[in-house]
Amino acid sequence: MAKITFITQDDENIVLEADSGSVMALAVENGVSGIDGDCGGVCSCATCHVHVNPDQVSQTGEASEIEKDMLELDDNANEYSRLCCQIEISEKLDGLILTVAN
Amino acid sequence: MNKSDLNDPFEQARVEQGFAQVSDQDDPVTMVLRLKDVRKCAHNTKTFSSEDVPGRIVVPSEVNIRTTRQIPFEVDPPMHKGYRALLDPWFKRPLEDEYKAKLNAQIDELVDAVINGEPVEVIEQFSLVLQSRALTLLLNTPFEDSDLWISWGTHVFRSEGEALDGDKAQILYDYIDAEIERAIANPSDDLYSVLLAAEVDGKKLTKEEVKGVIVLTFSGGRDTVINAVSNTIAYFAEHPESLQRLRDEPEIRGRAIEEFIRYFSPLTHMGRVVTEDTQVCEHAAKADTRISLCWASANRDASVFETPNEVVLDRKMNPHVGFGFGHHNCLGATHARQILSTLINVLCDKVQTIDLLDTEDNIEEWDEFKRKVGYHRLNVRFNPK
Repeated sequence: MAKITFITQDDENIVLEADSGSVMALAVENGVSGIDGDCGGVCSCATCHVHVNPDQVSQTGEASEIEKDMLELDDNANEYSRLCCQIEISEKLDGLILTVAN
Repeated sequence: MNKSDLNDPFEQARVEQGFAQVSDQDDPVTMVLRLKDVRKCAHNTKTFSSEDVPGRIVVPSEVNIRTTRQIPFEVDPPMHKGYRALLDPWFKRPLEDEYKAKLNAQIDELVDAVINGEPVEVIEQFSLVLQSRALTLLLNTPFEDSDLWISWGTHVFRSEGEALDGDKAQILYDYIDAEIERAIANPSDDLYSVLLAAEVDGKKLTKEEVKGVIVLTFSGGRDTVINAVSNTIAYFAEHPESLQRLRDEPEIRGRAIEEFIRYFSPLTHMGRVVTEDTQVCEHAAKADTRISLCWASANRDASVFETPNEVVLDRKMNPHVGFGFGHHNCLGATHARQILSTLINVLCDKVQTIDLLDTEDNIEEWDEFKRKVGYHRLNVRFNPK
């Protein structure tokens, strides 16, 4: 089981727990504001953009080339940006803090 | 080649040059063909503007048949943002349970009506009807309104053999003018009334602005939805194993929808007007000329998509631009996805196989590029489970 904290643009902290699936799906199921996941998780819509807590980048790993190409053109992107449909939930993510980018 | 295949006429030009020049009335267009370039140009709204004379970013150009600016489609940032913020919540309503239930009831009834062992002409008898009825949900207007829209036929802007038909377009504009007057006299909870009461950046929308949103809603979601639905039916007819797989594996239906959107690319391309001398793929693009973002070509870019000319129902990485990209991505995408999702659910539930009887392709021609976008005629027989 992994505990993941989402911090929205309204500074709301939402703590969710799961053991599988994508981080995007978890956020959408629980109505995290700013995570829409319009394309269902195929890396097409960029509506699940988060900034990973800088100290925890090793937990999520790096974005793939395709994901980086998407993020490159997002105005709110920085070096900690990820599309969270591309982050699979596992024990490894326990304690992860993500800031919703939009 | 199977009848349901959609060709990729842009491959050679995309690989060799990355762009192609095509004619359109007196205003030629440089088509941008590679996925990365399409995305970059879509993102760069300062150099590649949507806000020229109304109708100019559409290819073929509608400048001779339209004066109303479509909103937010023909507005650049920062103005675009206020309009989009107003419209986004309304156009996300297809995610609500009540909307889904009504759409399901509509499509369920329509599929029931065609599973009768008789040949069905899908474009007129199914896709147009489905699209028109579903539009009543998006506008939140009476179901009966769809009868009139169905009577207009598949092309609001076109007649047989003519790319653009001003008289036909006028029917739609006159209708929308009358609907706006109706909503002023008798406000309700439909989109007309909501827009007439709305403000953007502290200013009430004018009638002309309301008309601009409604024209976009009608025209942007007509041929595109009809093509997406018709192509989906034709694909299932020729690939019964795909329909069976989606029946057996409902968890991949979401991915299948995105893959259909990529493969079908219901809208071939959309234009922009160049605001300053620049380059596209090392080719000069002069100020006040047009480029187009070719979604259909970008969606077959082999440098991004493995086996781009195959439908891979459960394609995991699918960064397609079938709904466009950037600020101007498709406002109706949520509605369109919900239509395809509901259609697939109902077909899986009720239809065992579909017989493909007879087809006539609808082929767009952009000089040497001939792209099939759907069908003029698609006769099938639906076989019940």
